[in-house]
Amino acid sequence: MRSSRNRLLWAVGGLVIIVYTMIPVAWIVSLSFKKGDDINNQKFLPTEWSWDNYRTVFDTDLFTSALRNSVGISLIATVISVTLATFAAYAIARLNFRGKKLVLSTALAIAMFPTVALVGPLFDMWRGLGIYDTWLGLIIPYMSFTLPLSIWTLSAFFREIPWEMEQAAQVDGATPWQAFRKVIVPLAAPGVFTAAILTFFFAWNDFVFGISLTATDRSRPVPAALAFFTGESFFQQPTAAISAAAVIVTIPVIALVLVFQRKIVAGLTSGAVKG
Amino acid sequence: MTTITADAPTGTTPPPAGRAPAGLSDRARSEQRLGWYLVAPAVATMLLVTAYPLGRAVYLSLFSYRLTDPGAREFVGLRNYSVVLTDGLWWQTVFTTLFITVVTVAVELVIGFAFALVMHRIVFGRRTVRTAILIPYGIITVVAAYAWQYAFALDSGFVNQWFGLGDKAWFSDRWSALAVIILAEIWKTTPFISLLLLAGLAQVPEDLQEAAKVDGATTWQRFIRVTVPNMKAAIMVALLFRTLDAYRIFDTIFIMTNGAEKTESVSFLTYRQTITRTALGLGSALSVLLFLSVALIAFVFVKGFRTDLSRVRGD
Repeated sequence: MRSSRNRLLWAVGGLVIIVYTMIPVAWIVSLSFKKGDDINNQKFLPTEWSWDNYRTVFDTDLFTSALRNSVGISLIATVISVTLATFAAYAIARLNFRGKKLVLSTALAIAMFPTVALVGPLFDMWRGLGIYDTWLGLIIPYMSFTLPLSIWTLSAFFREIPWEMEQAAQVDGATPWQAFRKVIVPLAAPGVFTAAILTFFFAWNDFVFGISLTATDRSRPVPAALAFFTGESFFQQPTAAISAAAVIVTIPVIALVLVFQRKIVAGLTSGAVKG
Repeated sequence: MTTITADAPTGTTPPPAGRAPAGLSDRARSEQRLGWYLVAPAVATMLLVTAYPLGRAVYLSLFSYRLTDPGAREFVGLRNYSVVLTDGLWWQTVFTTLFITVVTVAVELVIGFAFALVMHRIVFGRRTVRTAILIPYGIITVVAAYAWQYAFALDSGFVNQWFGLGDKAWFSDRWSALAVIILAEIWKTTPFISLLLLAGLAQVPEDLQEAAKVDGATTWQRFIRVTVPNMKAAIMVALLFRTLDAYRIFDTIFIMTNGAEKTESVSFLTYRQTITRTALGLGSALSVLLFLSVALIAFVFVKGFRTDLSRVRGD
């Protein structure tokens, strides 16, 4: 009796969480379907549903180029960052070398770094190096700031991998490098994937670097572009267009969350709590 | 961060080779070398965008330097710092930032704990709830900020309508604007704290709970006496990460108020000086102060509250 009542109670709690997470999402979706002056109807739902805003957004160069930049920059940064983190995490989890603790401490310190404190000097440096307002100029900081999380996640995964297999390969005459490539990499693939998702989220979400280190359509990513968005004409409130653009860039996030829920949760918590 | 003591490396690796490379076997020496080769690219990338620019910020902070007038660059010593520290705006900004940080983290801890307990105990719909909670985590902060801003806005919002508040202008008063900013932050980041707490809850031994139950402890007593002490480490790590994150708040303020109505945070002020005003000298002094305040918070957590970071670092 008691336990079934409790079960109901927890289910209600679960419902509260779902409502909590969905309301702002539902709201921005609803806004994005409001047409013309309906945007100011002050109701949660549109009076009449319309695809107009999505048409406007896809006809705007500012948005389409930002979307291209965001996808390109995020993917490239993710691939390189996770590759470097994989090397580092393998060394940390499996090899003995001096300076290991220093590497881990550095990673931790960088995860806590206030990014805004860097944009001034970076702005200056990037202009000097000629990579201001380029994809590379954003890829580099995204890599730096996602490496710590990737390194932790991956070293946690790497520790779970059965050691004997690597040793067996080495007994069979494989060098440490071959043992890494042929034995560990396939076993570590799920961990690598988790790190990649978390890295992608970071790059996709970034705003500080996006507005500070870009100036034009050439490299400005979506979050930064949203802040400079205008509607169909400069005299219109951009609310509806921004909402539609916001919904479009939320779709990849929701897709990743739906497919990889278990991996993301494991990755987020692997560093903080062993187990 | 060098003050953190690290545990000895775990795993089945042979004991550390010590400080005498001369005595190492060829095998151990090649392992050392491979180790360095493998971490070097990651370390170099991390330092390129942090250590060097930070050093550069310290250097630039000693100059009066505006990007629009590079010829007038002039060494001024610590004058930028005294300008900042004697300006009321800086202290107002620090206060705003601390206010946002304390309120968001406190509320998030409570809600996050409730959510973690639900996710821990729920039987029906467990997977759905754990998926749903990741949505605020994954959503772009700028998007979340727009969603909440439009919900409270005078023209497009539904909040005033729903709660019969007439035409309350949320963003034209400091405290109501801060309330909306804090609400948006809480919505977006509670999932992170609740997932860390959920992982901590899984570490609490179930038999302790049962023993307490047998001894006649109420649900609340069990929570305070058994659950919380057993997950203290997870709580502290979650608090540290969220506090540092909340203190760095930038995106939401940029979108919602653009710093109007005295809602500027330290990060926002730094951005405005360096990028908008291109006052690199003064802005760099602010950058250094921002960095120092973050370092101070981390130090207080690690030393004052004894937050065990070896768990986070994965030693």
